[in-house]
Amino acid sequence: MTADIETFAKTAEANTPLRMQVLRNIRNRPTASGAAIAIAILVLLALLAPVITPQNPYDLASLSVMDNRLAPGETGMTGITYWLGTDAQGRDMLSAILYGLRTSLLVGLTATAGALAIGSVAGLLAAHFGGAVDALLMRIVDFMLGFPSILVALILLSSIGRGVDKVVVAIMLVQWAQYARLMRAAALVERRKEYIEAALNFGLPTRHILLFHLLPNSIGSVLVVASISVASAITLEATLSFLGVGVPVTQPSLGLLIANGFEFLLSGQYWIAVFPGIALVLLVMSLNLLGDRLRRSFNVRGP
Amino acid sequence: MATYILQRLLQSAGVMLAVSVAVFFSVYGIGDPIELLVPPQAGAAERLELIQRLGLDQPAWQQYLTFMGNALHGDLGRSFAHGVPAVGLILSRLPATMELVLLALSLAVLVGVPLGLFAGLDPHGKPARLILACTVVGYSLPNFWKGMMLILLFSVLLGWLPTAERGETVTVLGIRTSLFTADGLRHLVLPALNLAIPNVALVIRLVATGTTDLMTQEFVKYARAKGVRPRRIVGRHVLRNILIPVVTVVGIEFGSLVAFSTVTETVFAWPGMGKLLIQSIYQLDRPVVVAYVMLATFLFISVNLLVDILYAALDPRVKLTGGAA
Repeated sequence: MTADIETFAKTAEANTPLRMQVLRNIRNRPTASGAAIAIAILVLLALLAPVITPQNPYDLASLSVMDNRLAPGETGMTGITYWLGTDAQGRDMLSAILYGLRTSLLVGLTATAGALAIGSVAGLLAAHFGGAVDALLMRIVDFMLGFPSILVALILLSSIGRGVDKVVVAIMLVQWAQYARLMRAAALVERRKEYIEAALNFGLPTRHILLFHLLPNSIGSVLVVASISVASAITLEATLSFLGVGVPVTQPSLGLLIANGFEFLLSGQYWIAVFPGIALVLLVMSLNLLGDRLRRSFNVRGP
Repeated sequence: MATYILQRLLQSAGVMLAVSVAVFFSVYGIGDPIELLVPPQAGAAERLELIQRLGLDQPAWQQYLTFMGNALHGDLGRSFAHGVPAVGLILSRLPATMELVLLALSLAVLVGVPLGLFAGLDPHGKPARLILACTVVGYSLPNFWKGMMLILLFSVLLGWLPTAERGETVTVLGIRTSLFTADGLRHLVLPALNLAIPNVALVIRLVATGTTDLMTQEFVKYARAKGVRPRRIVGRHVLRNILIPVVTVVGIEFGSLVAFSTVTETVFAWPGMGKLLIQSIYQLDRPVVVAYVMLATFLFISVNLLVDILYAALDPRVKLTGGAA
């Protein structure tokens, strides 16, 4: 009886489109759907930050130094109630965190997209041309993957200087290699299939085959891994900013907020370092949980 | 085996050369160290003399050739800021970092393998799901923030452990270590824990998935059918097969632990080579940055080679013909 139900469930599962299966897979899991909702809320808050925050925490004119280091819930000279307290410059922590989230998401998404583009092209070229091109590209990939990402980004940023754009470049440089390796593996499998052979026999231009045949059919697993990499890109940005080589101090960053709160932590003024960290953890953990669920739904193994 | 090792050594030499070019020229782009080194009241003559003494008047490629020539003699330049050879400076900080890294790796294996085995044997049970949920938290927490929270909890709120620095050290076999003093160990707990947590999580997940896979394998079923006690199946058959990927991961993670110790050492004011690197970057102390990367690369390559050899030794397919896995 149970066996019958199981077979029935399996057939039903096999007949549903993959997209629906994955969606259902996420909806049926409380952690995965919770993570998806948390991400949606955080993205929305970040997008609306300039509208909903009581002050622009990076406009020095709107800050009141008299309100520095107020505990959470206190009301300052300007009449604003600081629900999460203020930092040493009288910045409302809640506003600063929402602005910091904007930077985190911007860096995480653009760096991942850039790395994905570079890595995919390199992986496709290596798989399609093989031989010397493949050997050269894969040696570079091995070389890059042999070094811890934090170290490469740290050394690179120390020589090109601070800035949001530079952080994006550094993260792209450390992340493209994993996509190249995945893309190459997927494209090598696809290339042996008959439709590619047919396209080659038709005499279609190489660029056309690469872009319109090989790319769309091989990119699935790469995209799934990219969803997890957004989280590591965000963590990397925060870490680099914390170390003082990432985002400049005049711009919002969760890593910088935490770094500034560190010196007040020991005197018990915990909120400056704790709250931005909670926001960061919430974002990173939700992305990891959702990415992990996606990876399992699509049955993709990591790089 | 000998050919393999020789081939690997040649490859490693190539990697070292590539790294030296990449890092030398990228670090060469960092600001002008002279601005920081010359006292503001110094005259133009003094300034010129310093530039010449440090070799900064030479073109970049010539500086590189000089650097490589000296590097082959084990000399990676003198620190601008400390005035001592960069290699010696970094090596003097090496024991402090190695203490952290080795303790963190031991923690990862000693805590991760049993918990992973436990979770993998009954992956759908409540405890296993709790453990696996904790691992997600473990690798999601940003290293630097987690360190601060450890300080907040164990030092500020509970007052159990010191917040920073290395504590009392003793010299054992010529190496200054804090592993053998009570005060040293107290200082070591939080930074080592901070460094270990993501790796504990990683090892748990690795061992848990591996165990679940292995338990359905034919050789385990066969052993069970033969009436081998479960304890022996896990201890003898499953654990052995699990150790192979664990050794590989430990080898790979060694490098990232050394790199991540820069973050942990910054948070805990731990006087290791990671903190030295960050300080040198702030001070534009080029020789130290370059020497750090060269030494770190050398360390990564050596450990990877060692792991590959160990891997061959551990793999039962090498020892037993037709063994499982």
